[in-house]
Amino acid sequence: MKTLNEIDTTAKRASKAAGFSWGIAEEIGKSIESLELFGLPGVTNLNLYLKKIKKNHPEKLNKIEKENRLKNKELCPIYCGVTFLDKCRQLETLQSIKYYNVSYPLLILPFISKVSELLGKKILIEYNKSSFLLNFNKFIFSKNLDNQVDSLAKEMRIEFLENKDFFSEENWKELYKLSEETFVEESESSKTKGAGAGFIDNE
Amino acid sequence: MEAQLRDPNTVMKLSKLGSFHQSKFSFLRSFLKEFKDWDFKRDLFDLDENGFGKAIYSFKKNRRTYSLVSFTNKITDTERSDRVIATKWDAAFALHDGIPSQKDIERLSENVPKQEAGRVTCKELSLARANKSVRIFDHVVDSLSQGKQPDKQLLSKVGYLYRTTAVYGSGKCGLADRFRIKDRKEICGPFRLEMMLVYLVRQFTFDQINHIAKLKNPNKAIKLDNDIARNLGIGNSTGLGLAPFIVNHPILLNNWIYCREKALKEIRSIEKIEAKDFNIFLDCLNRSKINIDSWLTESDYQKNKIKSLRSDLKKFNQYLENNCSVKIQHLWNKIYTWVESNLSNEGIEYIVSMIMEPYDNITDPLINKMSAQEEKYFTIPAHRKLKEVKKIIENNYKSLIKIDYEDKKNITNFWFLSKNKAEPRIANRYQEYGSELEQPLAIGRDVKQLYHRILEANQNDTVAEFLLYNDDLRHIVRRVFIVEQFPYSEIQDNIIGASLVPIDLLRLKLSFFGANKFDPKSDKWLRINMYQGAPLPHELKFSNDTWIYNSLV
Repeated sequence: MKTLNEIDTTAKRASKAAGFSWGIAEEIGKSIESLELFGLPGVTNLNLYLKKIKKNHPEKLNKIEKENRLKNKELCPIYCGVTFLDKCRQLETLQSIKYYNVSYPLLILPFISKVSELLGKKILIEYNKSSFLLNFNKFIFSKNLDNQVDSLAKEMRIEFLENKDFFSEENWKELYKLSEETFVEESESSKTKGAGAGFIDNE
Repeated sequence: MEAQLRDPNTVMKLSKLGSFHQSKFSFLRSFLKEFKDWDFKRDLFDLDENGFGKAIYSFKKNRRTYSLVSFTNKITDTERSDRVIATKWDAAFALHDGIPSQKDIERLSENVPKQEAGRVTCKELSLARANKSVRIFDHVVDSLSQGKQPDKQLLSKVGYLYRTTAVYGSGKCGLADRFRIKDRKEICGPFRLEMMLVYLVRQFTFDQINHIAKLKNPNKAIKLDNDIARNLGIGNSTGLGLAPFIVNHPILLNNWIYCREKALKEIRSIEKIEAKDFNIFLDCLNRSKINIDSWLTESDYQKNKIKSLRSDLKKFNQYLENNCSVKIQHLWNKIYTWVESNLSNEGIEYIVSMIMEPYDNITDPLINKMSAQEEKYFTIPAHRKLKEVKKIIENNYKSLIKIDYEDKKNITNFWFLSKNKAEPRIANRYQEYGSELEQPLAIGRDVKQLYHRILEANQNDTVAEFLLYNDDLRHIVRRVFIVEQFPYSEIQDNIIGASLVPIDLLRLKLSFFGANKFDPKSDKWLRINMYQGAPLPHELKFSNDTWIYNSLV
């Protein structure tokens, strides 16, 4: 089994060799390490993507808007991810962002996952038939990830989810009621002697 | 009066860092302190009459066990090399997490002797190899087998039976990644597992030599005297590999230096010094001088440093006798101030190490803060403004941005990784090819470039906007935000200039390891000694942390 240290170092060096700057290569090393830690096929996707771009380095989007595409070209998941991370505080206000024709879309995930941690918001990513719920960079919940490798996402939607409860009020009330069974019934005496401050406190 | 932390722009100069000595913060001392009440055991010792075979040693406490698994092999004299490119060694070792099963031992026996060409698993925590000091080894075997103790004079010239040529940890060659074990309290200090491995190897070398001597002449052989064994350490040959490590781990570097500086600041702030503490300082200082007298090297560079240290200590002694008394308030601060004005860097840093000796209460809590969680500071705060970056650079890279990097002599060298074993090397960019594959270690040059580009940009732009068009400088932007929070994270010297002395970088790291007897063999590699004077495993429980000053003749 390869160690995370080896995955980070090798991904970084390979990315530099494929034409990325050292700073971006460092980001890639950490991102692939994170994908593998989440149990997602980071090394496989990176290897295929780097082979694809080694002789034809991808262009960058210099601005991220609500909808993003490069005319007749595929978007680089690394550049999209890094820029998304750098500009996440501005992008949060857009609530939902779309990218068209993203190469090896899985590679964007760790950057957005980091954004989820930085902003303290869950983020949903959907492309092809797969969807991913990113939870504060603690874990990634994936649905319909049939292919280990998707070489292209024709349309990718990234949505910032508002912080809200993912359960019903009724469920909460029932659970709370059960938790009350750990409380002790109060007596007149415990009310006056067992607590800190008095009933009236005007100081 | 409260003393101030020393200025990073002074402390982080290579001439300063290259004059650091071991101290209470050294990893091998803090390792022994932590493990002194662990149970040591030799679990297996299966060597033939030549000392070839396998052995297992362990440290155990409560439900935790760490085991050193050793393999020794026959190699020819022509195969013995300390270079990283070697493929065979006299001995190879792995530190196993727990008690190795028979299956583990078989797996390790197939892989550990091959080192990088083999593969270990996350059940292993450190990996190393070592070569005999043949001259000393043979002399000791001959003497013991003849019923005599070896010649102490000869031993003191080398100081060890074996020297390690590489000690790996954290995710190399399949070893456990740091994240798997980082919450274990007993190994929270840096390199603690590597230090454990080396300490256990030292005991193995004594057991092996006694074993060979005994089988060579069963009726006459005697065991190596404990006093002689205690004065033997483990040698280490160290090349350029250590240098990029320091640059690539800025937060770790900061924490090492910061803890030492914080301790110095607190000690200098002590108003009234207890006589017993002053006596500990005097005792350590006097005992330590033997180390300097027995410090042998053929390097002129090191000889000059030793000479200057000797002369410093002579001056200091006079000052101490004539001007120092515990009746003086803030005596440590007075001593430090005098030392700083009157001694060379060698002398200053020597005394700094010494005045820490009485103060476990100050150093112990800091030792636990010497590791680093570097991933926490990896993400660039790209929402911040360029004018903030400009200010950070001006405050933290003062001397580096004054250097003219257009001048050839200031960019003579480049750091690269050789294809064979990914060995870090340095070369002249005007004489060797490969500078286009330069590693991102030219911090000064790149910071200056960043500074110039920021001056040309709109200062109110965010870093995110700047990086869209300047991603070639992304690696250095990350460092700038690190140094803002960790002021001792950057070496304040140009490490690609023609005047660079790479062994200064090595000495910095090795002083934190706790190495003694720095012996440069060129400007790019040196030999050192570790654990010389250290208590033997059966003496650990009753040992004192100042063992490092035991007679090191």
